[in-house]
Amino acid sequence: MTATADTTALEFGKARVRKEDARLITGRTRYTDAITPPGTLHVAVVRSPLAHARITGIDTAEAKRAPGVHGVYTVSDLGADEVGMPCAWPITPDQKAPQRPVLAKDTVHFAGEGVAVVVARSAAEAKDAADLVEVDYDPLDPVLDMEAALAEGATLVHPDLGTNESATWVFDSGEAGTGGSVADAIAAAEADPDQVVVRRRFRQQRLVPAFMEPRSCVVDPTGEQIVIWSATQVPHILRTMTTVTLGIPESKLRVIAPDVGGGFGGKIGVLPEEMMTVLLARKLGRPVKWTETRSECMLTAHHGRDQIQDLTITAKKDGTITGLDVRLLADMGAYLGLVGPGVPVLGAFMFNAIYKIPAYRFQTTNVFTTKTLTDAYRGAGRPEATFGVERIIDELAVELGREPLELREQNWIKHEEFPFTTVCGLTYDSGNYEQATARAKELFDYDALRREQAERRERGDKVQLGIGISTFTEMCGLAPSRVLGSLAYGAGGWEAASIRMLATGKVEVITGASAHGQGHETAFSQIVADKLGVPFEDVEILHGDTASSPKGLDTYGSRSLVVGGIAITMAADKVIEKAKKIAAHLLEADEADIEFSAGQFTVRGTDKGKAIQEIAFAAFMAHDYPEGMEPSLDSDAVYDPENFSFPHGTHLAAMEVDTETGRVNLRHYVCVDDIGNVVNPLIAEGQVHGGLAQGIAQALFEEANYDDQGTLVNGTFVDYTLPSAADLPSFTTEIVSTPATSNPLGVKGVGEAGTIASTPAIVNGVLDAVRHLGVADIQMPTTSQRVWRAIQEAQGRSTQETPIDTHSPGAGLGSIDPNNPQGEVQ
Amino acid sequence: MAEVRVTVDGVNYADEVEPRMLLVQYLRERLGKTGTLIGCDTSNCGACTVHLNGQSVKSCSVLAVQADGGEVLTIEGLARDGQLHPVQAAFNECHGLQCGYCTPGMIMAAVDLLGDNPDPDEGEVREGIEGNLCRCTGYQNIVRSVQRAAQMMKPGASAPTETPAPVAGD
Repeated sequence: MTATADTTALEFGKARVRKEDARLITGRTRYTDAITPPGTLHVAVVRSPLAHARITGIDTAEAKRAPGVHGVYTVSDLGADEVGMPCAWPITPDQKAPQRPVLAKDTVHFAGEGVAVVVARSAAEAKDAADLVEVDYDPLDPVLDMEAALAEGATLVHPDLGTNESATWVFDSGEAGTGGSVADAIAAAEADPDQVVVRRRFRQQRLVPAFMEPRSCVVDPTGEQIVIWSATQVPHILRTMTTVTLGIPESKLRVIAPDVGGGFGGKIGVLPEEMMTVLLARKLGRPVKWTETRSECMLTAHHGRDQIQDLTITAKKDGTITGLDVRLLADMGAYLGLVGPGVPVLGAFMFNAIYKIPAYRFQTTNVFTTKTLTDAYRGAGRPEATFGVERIIDELAVELGREPLELREQNWIKHEEFPFTTVCGLTYDSGNYEQATARAKELFDYDALRREQAERRERGDKVQLGIGISTFTEMCGLAPSRVLGSLAYGAGGWEAASIRMLATGKVEVITGASAHGQGHETAFSQIVADKLGVPFEDVEILHGDTASSPKGLDTYGSRSLVVGGIAITMAADKVIEKAKKIAAHLLEADEADIEFSAGQFTVRGTDKGKAIQEIAFAAFMAHDYPEGMEPSLDSDAVYDPENFSFPHGTHLAAMEVDTETGRVNLRHYVCVDDIGNVVNPLIAEGQVHGGLAQGIAQALFEEANYDDQGTLVNGTFVDYTLPSAADLPSFTTEIVSTPATSNPLGVKGVGEAGTIASTPAIVNGVLDAVRHLGVADIQMPTTSQRVWRAIQEAQGRSTQETPIDTHSPGAGLGSIDPNNPQGEVQ
Repeated sequence: MAEVRVTVDGVNYADEVEPRMLLVQYLRERLGKTGTLIGCDTSNCGACTVHLNGQSVKSCSVLAVQADGGEVLTIEGLARDGQLHPVQAAFNECHGLQCGYCTPGMIMAAVDLLGDNPDPDEGEVREGIEGNLCRCTGYQNIVRSVQRAAQMMKPGASAPTETPAPVAGD
């Protein structure tokens, strides 16, 4: 038997097409709504049209008489008066956390909150009957503006809390001993003519995650275990939280996340609708299904971002940064989501980014309003931080009259300085900002574009060119459990894996990560194929079902590969260790003389050997195996990372702005990302593309707009302007690799990079195009109207007010023209 | 109730349906054709795109009764004789999908686009699939997939190099 390893055959690094595609391109998929056990009843939720109101009466009589209706229930009818939805992240010991009910009882706190629920034979009958439920409301004042909400005498979202402030969380490098005092740095800068102080306010608008598959949940209570299918990112967390919330023993619950149509953080929550569906299924003793409409999704699935950022940066006139102060207001919405309060806190460690900042202070004040709650959305805290720092670095460059890329380079951590402990106390293990930047400049033809920009400016071209820069880093691989513990997060950050070697030599890999588009089945198969020396096709990845993968912490925070992938690697190492003992026994050799390579166990210095498949079969037969050993190769591992990983990259955007119309055109986008070693370049590139699209959409297109009554006015796909293919160009993306030293695969994570980096690159580029006209800032999204208005105002011309800057007011079905909210014909 | 007679993926059906039933609901709820997906309620997302009498339609914008006497092709009937349609194969080869939710509609729209324009440039592909939303891919690899499919569908073009994913039941 030969054991020559063909290095060209390595799976790691190969652009494999995805194995999960086979079912997805042929329609053989099973998204949750396709699952309909016999006898399934359907749920429709009656939702509040008002943002803030007392419920004075609910009349369900007519709905109950409607055809096909099995029942109409309020929260009391469900026996759920005391049930509160979980928040797993008390960021401070005295964080104010109102009880979020399954259905509103006395008061509704945001438009879209559930008030009653109808169960009927068909979804159509349920919806028909839901329209017959009469709810009487006594309107209360909405609470919409964060600063007004914190002012004395403000209307309280939850009067029993006595305040609209949920919590204030502070990090101060002076107090933590990781750096100097920023108050001292600011005082010193103000007193020193050779230093500058730049203060800016930025706004992170509210966004809708807008995964393509609306949320759905099916509960079958008829077996010994209650089976919950849910369109969730977090089946394991959902199981535990269902126990915590409803008191059903965890052992009586099986949660399945079948094919899941995207998440982006938007499916990280544990939903009132999920708990409601469990309660209804148990009450009725039949399978029950809830599937939302897109409009319900826009209105009630958690939103993302929504921060006001007050930043102060100080620097010497030679460009050396001396301090950064960050004060955030973060809109929680009406209640706290599962990890919502911690989202701004995740940003606390990233405002210092790739820069050597000697003094740093971060403060977030989390505020309640009568809006849809906010929680994780792709990047969760880190896009907000990256936007803030990359915007203010550009502002500092303007103040100092410096080339913005040079100013960055002057302050960033040099590649020879790694590992580097930041002012937040995180240790960046590796990176090479010079390499990524040099390559990005080359691909972008940076100098030529700067020349074109100057030339256009000189001749007063109506279309001006701006160059946007973002040199970002992020912390990925959430997360070392001890760090999470120190932040009072309600769980660990480990991931679990198991490997089963089947009798025929095929391999089942069980992971606690739960894919919803990331390509885990392919990437994990590649890792295992290399580790065990088996064919890629022989590896099956099992996930998303607590019956087959009982232990896990699911998928978010770019953790699947960096944490879950390492757990799989460790389980594979254990399989090899066990197999080595059996191989030594069968080959009548000393275990120390057994070598393993490319799936072959060989005795050093001989041609004797056995393939791993033969060992698996021998273990299965169990006729002949070593004393004191169990006849099995199967192995489990749980990996708890020691540190985060820190991907980084340089993103450059060429933005054209028509100064007469305000129209913004993304002409060219280049990014070079350092994501460490790459398992599958095809998948990694796809993650970057998608991330870019979402980050660019924040900069240019998207915003969840509320009117002065607290109504979401663009809660459909007609007027919430998700970019289409025609709205985006092709991107130039490249990957460079400085391997992570914090894990054995050298991987860093890629899921969020594009989103985190791209938003400030675009906005910096738009501003760079019009700064010479006197424009200092434009809020996101930088729509034509806003850009035009900013130019007009900078030129001292007056513009007409419009109440809300929706992107395409009055465009069609379901949309509201802010100038004509009642829709009168004019 | 209204009667509808329709051929879907080569099978003839005769059913009584509520006049208000949408074609997508008929496909999913009555025929079990759950490969065709619903992503919105305003006919914007295109996840439900199928072909009706050879033209791509958003099946959320067609009543089941409007399909009476017609022929419907869904994503589930696109592969023939165990062979993926070139557009399906190209989406696999070019990583034109991630979560897969927009994919059935996107593929059906792309097949129709290539019927009208067998050799679209990038801009024509982007305009041509504008009615189908995707949140995962940033569209870049979808555009590549459609252009790759166009190459593969040219007369005399060779089969894709990678072995295409197997079709169920084959």
